[in-house]
Amino acid sequence: MFATPGATSPEAILQAGAAIAATAGAYYGAAWLQRRLGGSFLLNPVLIAVTVLIVALELLGISFASYDRGGWLISFFLGPAVVALGVPLHHQMHEITRRGVAILGSIVLGSLAGILAGTVTAGLLGGSPEVVRTLVARSVTTPIAIAVSGRVGGLPPLAAAISVATGMIVSVMGPLLLRRLRVRTPTAFGLAMGSAGHGIGTARAAEEGAVEGATSGLAIGLMGLATAILAPVAIVLLRLLHLLP
Amino acid sequence: MTGSPKSRIYNTALRYAAGLGILLLFLGAGELLSRYGHVPLPGSVLGMVLLTAALHGGLLRAHWVAPAATLLIRNMGFLFVPPGVGIMVHFGLIEREWLPIVAGGLASIVAVLLTVGLLQQRLERR
Repeated sequence: MFATPGATSPEAILQAGAAIAATAGAYYGAAWLQRRLGGSFLLNPVLIAVTVLIVALELLGISFASYDRGGWLISFFLGPAVVALGVPLHHQMHEITRRGVAILGSIVLGSLAGILAGTVTAGLLGGSPEVVRTLVARSVTTPIAIAVSGRVGGLPPLAAAISVATGMIVSVMGPLLLRRLRVRTPTAFGLAMGSAGHGIGTARAAEEGAVEGATSGLAIGLMGLATAILAPVAIVLLRLLHLLP
Repeated sequence: MTGSPKSRIYNTALRYAAGLGILLLFLGAGELLSRYGHVPLPGSVLGMVLLTAALHGGLLRAHWVAPAATLLIRNMGFLFVPPGVGIMVHFGLIEREWLPIVAGGLASIVAVLLTVGLLQQRLERR
């Protein structure tokens, strides 16, 4: 893992170390700040850390490529982190087998509706192929969004930004919209929040109750899986609709 | 898990290391399946499915991987900071295409909330 040609000189190792230390400082500093100020979701640590680091890199005239010599050592662990989602998925298995058909049906149709609504809207408004392809992976959890968008020819960093923004919007707008639609059962509320707003939506759903939180957490993994399976299908469909070249 | 405090620390460290090793093995298996098995899914997602299946089938005990898995999941936000910083490469694109990005994102959010919420509620009340 450390045997990349660029990382062998002492300068390169120092550079990578500085990038990792700055990222950790920015993220855990922001997380501490969020806890201190009462845990508002608006103080999302990812959003704050990303903003602080971009401003710092721009001011210091450092390119993303040289920052990423350290950064990739962090994001490498996104792979095992996605695999790790199998553990909570396993713990939720009884819930899936109990109400399997209903849950799978609404998640699969929800995933398809989300992909089509996002990509068709963006396509009709003149979005470029990269943007349309990126939106295919919109509502899934960020690490899966990064993996899926890369796979279907989108832009992984844009997918990451959209995913974080999505989670924050859902945690504000989700409960309001769901109440207006008279969605009242805890399972339906939880599944909708988790499938639309992944981890950040789940944190908000858990405030409503334990069942809401658990079903929302379950929806993260299932939505990621459904979207990963449906993404290549959606690309074919978008080509047929002439929304992608 | 009994013994001196020191051996307990070693045990904990070993559990994390072994757990991470298992997760990496499943990631590797997922990547292999994705690349050579012509399965159109990211390797990490396939690894997640394989891990769930192995846990469910009793091939793997949950407590072997749970400490490492929990650590990674709790700190997932930290892991996607570097890809997030990568957005700076695409500032020009966002400036040009902010409307399709924002409108597409919002349309998709509403579609998911509507479909999943209403459908799930209707299916439950049958």
